[in-house]
Amino acid sequence: MESGIFHTTYNKDMALRRTPIMRWRIILAVIFLVILPFVSNGYSLTLANQIGIAAIAAIGLNILTGFTGQISLGTGGFMAIGAYTSGILAAYMGIPWWLTIPFACVVTAVVGSIFGIPSLRLKGLYLAIATLAAQEIIQWAIVRSPLGTDALVVPPIKIFGTSLTKLRIAGFGGIDFWFYWIIFLSLGGVILFTVNLFRTKVGRAFIAIRDQDIAAEVMGVNLFRYKLLSFATSSLVIGLGGAILAQYRGIVNYERFTIEASIFYLAVIIIGGLGSVSGSVYGAIFMVLIPAILNNIGRALGSTAPEIARLVPFARQAVFGLTIILFLVFEPEGLAKIWRDIKDYFRLWPFSY
Amino acid sequence: MDKFIQLTLTGLTNGAIFALVALGFVLIYKASDVINFAQGDFLLVGAYITYGLIVQVGLPWSVSLLLALIVAVALGIVVERFVLRPMIGEPIISVIMVTIGLSSLLRAIVTSFWGTMGRQFPKFLPTQPVEIAGATVPADRLIAMGVVAVLLVIFSVFFRRSREGIAMRATADDQQAALSMGISVQKIFAMAWSIAAVTAVLAGIIVANITELSFFAISAIGLHVFPVVILGGLDSIPGAIIGGVIIGLLQTFVAGYTPSQLALSSVIPFIVLIIILMVKPYGLFGEERIERV
Repeated sequence: MESGIFHTTYNKDMALRRTPIMRWRIILAVIFLVILPFVSNGYSLTLANQIGIAAIAAIGLNILTGFTGQISLGTGGFMAIGAYTSGILAAYMGIPWWLTIPFACVVTAVVGSIFGIPSLRLKGLYLAIATLAAQEIIQWAIVRSPLGTDALVVPPIKIFGTSLTKLRIAGFGGIDFWFYWIIFLSLGGVILFTVNLFRTKVGRAFIAIRDQDIAAEVMGVNLFRYKLLSFATSSLVIGLGGAILAQYRGIVNYERFTIEASIFYLAVIIIGGLGSVSGSVYGAIFMVLIPAILNNIGRALGSTAPEIARLVPFARQAVFGLTIILFLVFEPEGLAKIWRDIKDYFRLWPFSY
Repeated sequence: MDKFIQLTLTGLTNGAIFALVALGFVLIYKASDVINFAQGDFLLVGAYITYGLIVQVGLPWSVSLLLALIVAVALGIVVERFVLRPMIGEPIISVIMVTIGLSSLLRAIVTSFWGTMGRQFPKFLPTQPVEIAGATVPADRLIAMGVVAVLLVIFSVFFRRSREGIAMRATADDQQAALSMGISVQKIFAMAWSIAAVTAVLAGIIVANITELSFFAISAIGLHVFPVVILGGLDSIPGAIIGGVIIGLLQTFVAGYTPSQLALSSVIPFIVLIIILMVKPYGLFGEERIERV
C-alpha cells in the first residue's frame, strides 16, 4: 500500500515522468489523440483544434503570468501580431506558410519584449494596466494601418503543390484533419519545451522572480534580463498560437484579438491553474467546451423553446464570468489542483490524510 | 478661438465625468487595495436601470433616480460581501480576475434585458444651448458639470469631517491599526463599494443623459478610467479629479485638432498612460510605496 511518492535518488526525483503510472497516462493520452481524428466528425475536430490553439496560447501566457508572476492583459494583442505577421508574409510576400510561422514567432517575441521593458519598474497591477495599454495601442495600430478593419485573407496552404483542402489520403482529409496534426504536434512541442524550461537555470530564475523578486535579485538573478526573457519566451509561444490560428482560419480579423481575448486566456490559466502546464491544457479544454455545450443546448432548444434559446448568448457570457468568480472563490489553484486532489485521494486511500 | 473654447467646455464636461468614475475607483483602491475592472459596468447598470424604470415602467425620473441609487448601494454591498471578501489575502491576479469576471457577469445581465442596441435616453435635464464666451454648450452638459462639482465637494467634506469618512481614511492607511481602534473594516469595505457604485451609477445616468444610451460607449468609459487614475495616482482623490480633467481635455483637443480618420483620441489616453508609467509610476499625486522583503 502506497503512502505517498518517495524517491531514493536525485535523478528519479528530477525526472519529468516521476511515476510509472504517469508514463502510462501519457502513452494513453497520445494514443487517444492519434486515434481521435480518425473516429470523430468535423465538428468535434474543429473543437479539438480550437482547444489545441487555446492551449498553446494559454501555456505562453502561463510562462509569463503563472511562472514569472508578471500579469499580462495583452495576450490578444500579442496573438494578433503573430497572426498578422504570418498572414501578411503569406499573402503579400509569397513566403511559404511553414516559413511564416517561425517568422511570426520571432516578431511577436520582439514586440513582446518591447512592451516588457516597463516591467523593470512596474509590478503587480501597474504592470497589468501597462499591458492593457499595450493591448489597446496594438489594436489601434492594426485598425488604423492600411489593413484597416477588413479581414486579411491568407492564401490556402499547399503541401507539395496540392492544396490542403483537397489533399486526401485513404479517405481522410480536409483542412480540419490536416491542421489537427499541425496543431497537436506544435502543442506537444510547446508542452515539452515549457516543462523542460522550468528544469533549467532560466526557468528557475523565472520562478524565483515570481516568488519574491527582490530576494531573487539579491541572490544574483538579473531581474531586467530575466523579465525581458520571460516576456520574449511567452510572446514567442503566444505568437505561435496566433500564427497557427491565422493559417488555420485562412482569415485574420482584429475582432478576434481584442481585450476580450486577453481576458479569455487569463481565465483559461486561472481556471486551469496558474503555474501549471497541464493546468493550461485542462483550462483550454474547459473554456472551449463550456460555450460549445451551451451553444448546443441553445440549438436543441431553438425549435421547442425559442424564448430560452434567445438567452443563450447572454448565458454564455454570464457563465464565463460566474466560472471565473466561483473558481477564484472556491478553488483558486484551478483544475490542476482538483485533479491532483483526486489522484492523491486514490493513491492514499484508505488513509487519505 | 471659438473652437478652442467650445472644445475646452466639452473637454471639461467629459473630464468631470471621468473624474466621477475615477473617484469611485480610487475609493475602492484606497480602502481595500482592489482595482475594480467592473467600474464601467456599474455605469451600464445605473444607466439601463434608470432607462427601464422611466421608459418601460413609466415612473417619474426623480423616483427612478432614487431607486437606481438604492440598487447601486445594494449592488455594492452584495459584490463586496460575496465576491471581494473571499479574495482578502489572495494574490493581485486573483483580485483583478474576480472583478473581470464580475464585469462579464454584469454585462451579461444588462444585455439579456436590454440588448446592445443604442437607445434614446429620456432626457430629464434641459438641453437648450447656453452661450459662454462665444461658444454654445447644451445646458445639460453644464448641469452635469455642476452636479459632478457638487458631488466632488460633498465627498471631500465627507472624507475630512465625517466620522465614517475619517474611519475610511484610517482603514486605507493601516487596516490593523484601524481594527485595533474599533473600526469595523468590513463595514468600511462595504461602504467603499456602495459609494463607488453610487458614483458610477450617477455617472452612467449623466453620460446617458448628455449623449445617448449606448452600450459600447458607456462600457468604454470603464477602460478610459485607467489612464485617469494612473495619471492622478491610484490612491489620490484630488489626483482622480485633476487626472479626469486632464484626460478629458486632452481627448477632446486631440479629437478636435487631428484628422478624424486617425481616431487618435481613442488611443491617446493609453499612450499617456504608458509614458506616465515609465516616468512616474505612482502618478502626479499618488503615494510612493516602499517595498520590503
